[in-house]
Amino acid sequence: MVQIVIVQPSGASFELEVPEGWSLMQAAVKNGIDGIVAECGGSCVCATCHVYVQPERLAELPPPGDDELELLDEVKAERRPSSRLSCQIKSAAELDGLIVTIPERQT
Amino acid sequence: MTGADSHIVIIGAGQAGLQAAETLRSEAFEGRITLLGAEPYAPYQRPPLSKSWLTDNLDADQLALRDYSVLERKQIDLWTRASVSAIDVRSQSVLLHDGRALTYTGLVLATGATPRQLPQARDAGDLVCTLRSRADSDAIAQGLRSCVRRELPLVVVGGGFIGLEVAASARKLGIAVTILEAAPRLLERVLSQDLSDWYARLHADRGTTLIFGARIAEIRKTSNHVAEVEFVDGHCIVAGLVVVGIGVTANDQLARDAGIACEAGIIVDACGRTSVPNIVAAGDCTVRRLSDGTMLRLESVQNAVEQGRSAAHALLGVDKPSLGAPWFWSDQYDMKLQIAGLSRGADTHVLRGDMESHSFSIYHFRETRLVAVDSINAARDHMIARDLIGRQISPTAQQACDTAFNLAKLRTAQA
Repeated sequence: MVQIVIVQPSGASFELEVPEGWSLMQAAVKNGIDGIVAECGGSCVCATCHVYVQPERLAELPPPGDDELELLDEVKAERRPSSRLSCQIKSAAELDGLIVTIPERQT
Repeated sequence: MTGADSHIVIIGAGQAGLQAAETLRSEAFEGRITLLGAEPYAPYQRPPLSKSWLTDNLDADQLALRDYSVLERKQIDLWTRASVSAIDVRSQSVLLHDGRALTYTGLVLATGATPRQLPQARDAGDLVCTLRSRADSDAIAQGLRSCVRRELPLVVVGGGFIGLEVAASARKLGIAVTILEAAPRLLERVLSQDLSDWYARLHADRGTTLIFGARIAEIRKTSNHVAEVEFVDGHCIVAGLVVVGIGVTANDQLARDAGIACEAGIIVDACGRTSVPNIVAAGDCTVRRLSDGTMLRLESVQNAVEQGRSAAHALLGVDKPSLGAPWFWSDQYDMKLQIAGLSRGADTHVLRGDMESHSFSIYHFRETRLVAVDSINAARDHMIARDLIGRQISPTAQQACDTAFNLAKLRTAQA
């Protein structure tokens, strides 16, 4: 089980357990974490599961695909170099302890 | 209506019902919330049922929309296997099949829809399936395994989204597939001719046989594992499984019996209100009366979520209509279709990009107004289109088909 730390815009944080093979979005939604809307359920079509990944560990993630990059251009909160869609971040042992921050808005 | 002694009952624990419950809590509703689901599980996602749930050996946990602990934390009282037999609007109570009764101060109807059955398949038993619930998908998965084992084909009746997605899933599993469509083309009610033809080529290229203008006389079970489809001209094909995807009907019977206005769906306004005070409705069971008097029926996750949200607000006395453009998606093979807006009544259709490149969009105009955009593997086109249509900003047809013209600029120009 991989633990990922989720930080809300308010600064509140908690540790989320993400089972192997799951996406960060799936685990966040299932655990009712506010701020991850994920209207499309992980199909990479809605850009409402936007997160900021801690910049120094960004390179540990597989890079975004073309469809994710296109959607990242359309996120409602500020687009940063560390912006990712959490439906495209798959749980993997090396991501244990990763810190991601939820943006101010998704829609 | 909003105090601690109030009780909102939600009939239907799908996407719309869950959304209504969560919105009530996020809007600080303090009363009781009871979420009634007829199925044995907590609310789950339906979109994967025609796709990854059939092909990827997912965990049931991955299908669930929320953990039970989340519902508990939000004090949403979920009753599973709870089907409702009647609503009494005078006493504001709901009667369950098992005899239990609940009184409410506010009621949300999120009863969903039921797949149409094919009358010609009446005697085909378990070899003919429709798809709506997790149990339906499990039965289809079992039928597909039997097709693989016995090297029997899948026959899909209806070339709509459900049928095409199931066909693509079956091809992924190596099963031979024939799609039978009564109309002359796929997705006739939703897509333009160009895109229908493109989808027909996609499926044909992946090895699926498509038969248009198909007229089925009867589907029968010839042995435990084999069905036979007979056409009106007398010829027959065999199948290890037949999946019927010919649309749904809104589950409005409970509402009709209770005297709530319905017309092929529970009639709601933009805020989800029905004809009866303190009763709102959301999702696939509804039909919306638009300001010009026409009726609009949408069957989509987005509609379920937004109406669920609006309906909850309406019960709390707040008007919160959903104003954005309707949108929808369908995944088939590695092709992602996204539809923004409604193309009905469109008179001009222009293409942006190259259909052969498998990344393009079709822009639909009514007179000069952009009303809908269908995108294939073009997520950014889609996101921009939703914004433009929602805010009633139209490019010219010339701008829409010119890939050198940045459509996103129109948003800022008129913001």
